[in-house]
Amino acid sequence: MNRRSTFRTLLARAMVALWFATGGVNAAPPPATDSIYQLDLALTNQRGAEATLAAWRGKPVIVTMFYTACQFVCPRIVETIKLTQARLATPLPVLMVTLDPARDDSAALAAMAEERHLDPKRWTLAHTDPRNVRKLAAALGIQYRELASGEFNHSSVILLLDGEGRIVARTTTLGEVDAGFVKATQMVK
Amino acid sequence: MRGMRSLVAQGFVLAAALSIAVSTAADYVAIPAGKILSVLANGADTEPTPMPAFSMRTTPVSVGDYLAFVTANRQWQRWRAPSVFADGTYLHAWQAASQPGATMRAGQPVVNVSWFAAEAFCEQEGGRLPTWLEWEYVAAADEHEIDARDNPAWRARILSWYSQSSSEPLPAVGGRANVYGIRDMHGLVWEWVDDFNALLVSADSRTQGDPDRLQFCGAGAISLKDRSNYAVLMRIALLSSLSAKSTTNNLGFRCVRPQVTGQK
Repeated sequence: MNRRSTFRTLLARAMVALWFATGGVNAAPPPATDSIYQLDLALTNQRGAEATLAAWRGKPVIVTMFYTACQFVCPRIVETIKLTQARLATPLPVLMVTLDPARDDSAALAAMAEERHLDPKRWTLAHTDPRNVRKLAAALGIQYRELASGEFNHSSVILLLDGEGRIVARTTTLGEVDAGFVKATQMVK
Repeated sequence: MRGMRSLVAQGFVLAAALSIAVSTAADYVAIPAGKILSVLANGADTEPTPMPAFSMRTTPVSVGDYLAFVTANRQWQRWRAPSVFADGTYLHAWQAASQPGATMRAGQPVVNVSWFAAEAFCEQEGGRLPTWLEWEYVAAADEHEIDARDNPAWRARILSWYSQSSSEPLPAVGGRANVYGIRDMHGLVWEWVDDFNALLVSADSRTQGDPDRLQFCGAGAISLKDRSNYAVLMRIALLSSLSAKSTTNNLGFRCVRPQVTGQK
């Protein structure tokens, strides 16, 4: 280690100390007050792995809610996200949370991911318990209702969260690209 | 000296909160199983919906109850609650983080609380917000029968509340009990329900060209079955216009427990 790099290290340490002193940043600062990541809930993905919702913090993410038995609208949600991704230099991660945790276990989610050719590196299909489904939908402004038939009424919305978990764009356009939404995904940090 | 004074003051607040918590320990009563023909059509289903038994809080949550809650759960105090969970008018009439407004009384129903805050309160009471059907099921009763909705006099009495000015201070909780022993379902405040975001009578579904196909999976937006029950329809209209962080001057809540546990 030469003198120059030692100086750099010291400088870096001093800056870190300054961050702490000003109370601005520490190892895990709480999420912003308007962040979806204020929600404390656990998700289980299509491979059975568990993670908190807040684990998504740090990078923008496209979020939607769906259920696998949905034959008409939900496939179009997937298709629309794919169309949107195709317009981006770097595709964003996608988080799809099921409204139907009673039926959509990890195996059901994995089957759909395979059927729709959803790259697991980019697409996470997840389930959580019914109380958390209600809370997540409430925070995202998604309406849904289970029918006696076992189907769900739900608003078909695709949302864009910034790295801090704030909703920066939402679209209800399906089957084609929403230019405003694409623009937001290109600008989001 | 100042520190001492503030310590003493805090002691008083705590003692007040504790005494309120003790004196108003929430009463829940058992609601027997039955059926409700909801004003909301449930898909193609026109049969009454079977309702399992549950327990409900006899009164809406009061200012005193809520003071005890925010004293113990600082993250729900005014100014502390994250903006994703509560909008700018959350507890806006409270004068300090754990002090209601000077003119507020412990017995009044708490208002200006968001859905997230109401859920958090109910969770710490071992319950949750009632579903719309649970609320409607209990709200159908009057003092004498479990479904008084066709009684014109009863309907008129409820409707008269909606025509009153809302500028008066809210009366205390504890109005006339219905046949179950539940009070203030009508005539005091609007109330949150757990599935407020299931009442798909949204502006979206009316204005989109083809809501059944484009906005919603399944059978599309709910249609309203009984249009003559204005009082209940007004509740649905209000609830479906809210987001989970919304708060208003006349919107409070009560809780239920899914199991019949009797009194606390």
